[in-house]
Amino acid sequence: MSQSYDRGTVEDFGRWREFSAGMWAWIFHKFTGWVLVGYLFTHIAVLSTSIGVDPASSAVAGQTDLYTTTLRGLEDLLIVRFLEVGLLAVAVFHILNGIRLLFVDLGLGLEVQDKSFYASLVLTGAIVVASIPTFLGGAI
Amino acid sequence: MSTLETTTETETEEVEQEREETPGDRRRELKRERAAERERRVEAELDDAENTRRLKVFRYDPEVEGKEEPRFDDFVVPYHKGMTILDALIYARDQYDSSLTFRHSCRQAVCGSDALFVNGRQRLGCKTQLGDLDDPIRIEPLPHQEVVKDLVVDMQHFYDQMHAVEPYFDPDDLPEGELAEQRQTPENREYVKMATRCIWCGACMSSCNIAAGDNEYLGPAAINKAYRFAMDEREGEDRKQERLRIIEQEHGVWRCQTQFSCTEVCPKDIPLTEHIQELKRESVKNNLKFW
Repeated sequence: MSQSYDRGTVEDFGRWREFSAGMWAWIFHKFTGWVLVGYLFTHIAVLSTSIGVDPASSAVAGQTDLYTTTLRGLEDLLIVRFLEVGLLAVAVFHILNGIRLLFVDLGLGLEVQDKSFYASLVLTGAIVVASIPTFLGGAI
Repeated sequence: MSTLETTTETETEEVEQEREETPGDRRRELKRERAAERERRVEAELDDAENTRRLKVFRYDPEVEGKEEPRFDDFVVPYHKGMTILDALIYARDQYDSSLTFRHSCRQAVCGSDALFVNGRQRLGCKTQLGDLDDPIRIEPLPHQEVVKDLVVDMQHFYDQMHAVEPYFDPDDLPEGELAEQRQTPENREYVKMATRCIWCGACMSSCNIAAGDNEYLGPAAINKAYRFAMDEREGEDRKQERLRIIEQEHGVWRCQTQFSCTEVCPKDIPLTEHIQELKRESVKNNLKFW
């Protein structure tokens, strides 16, 4: 019996140019899912450290809650506003593709699964572009 | 002295002549002549051909020294309208390198033995037209399966998964009489028709990267085979339950993540993802209890 040659995982992923719509949808769905999980943990960490009264502010102005101070501080940063736009993009795509997968599970639109993926991307792009004035308004 | 010299020279010539005429020498000479003739014929054919196509063929032979490392060999083949990948490979093997190894049998997309990875996609060699592909045509063995030699992969795991779903028609009751027909309604036949077209080529399994990452996953072909029998009205309810039990296990239908890769590459156009999704729904319905 001859020895077999296993081409391995690296080569598999090196073939990304050959991926089709369904494959990209799967990759984006996994990626956005993990980003959302990461965001939720970050969100919990930020909120849990922002409870109570800001000791620095309370000494001067009195009773300014830490939550408001933290959030204002974050919102003043341009990078945070850009990250919020990114978060919206990730969430919207994940939701739209999730709905697409729900239809696929129900056996609906199987023959247009690639078109529905492109539609999800276009819709995500449109929503994100429309949100830019709100998120970045006054920051630039 | 002169006579002696003449005798010696004659003997030497005879010995040399005898040596030249050994069967081994004759065979080698014949082989050289045939190789030269073949080369002339190939040159003439390449000159005459309207155009040529270049193949980049994956080569790997663990049993030959110096060929253990995978590489790509280039072959230029004359192109004729209607020529398939399999035709081109046969030409390359016959005219250039007789050690080029690939599987093929029926040459008409029925046996499923020549599934290959051509220009980044799983295709049947005998069904794929050379004219539809961009040059150079990159021909590789099926991904996610171990390569035995050149374009030949080890299909054992694929066959094991196919057999795991017990792909045999198994009705509860047989009709009266030995020659009586096992009737099926035309509607039911239509329902399972596409699923019956599977030729066990393994293209779908090779394209599924969930199957690549989970060795226990039954894979699209095996699930399709289970679908073919589970949806056949002639099999009894108990048998259907048994089949659903096999496909609804942890590494069964629920591993499918609807990438549609299998459906896209299936050379027989079987809607594999659709069948898997339908079996998922059957599985849910089968396990739903309202109490």
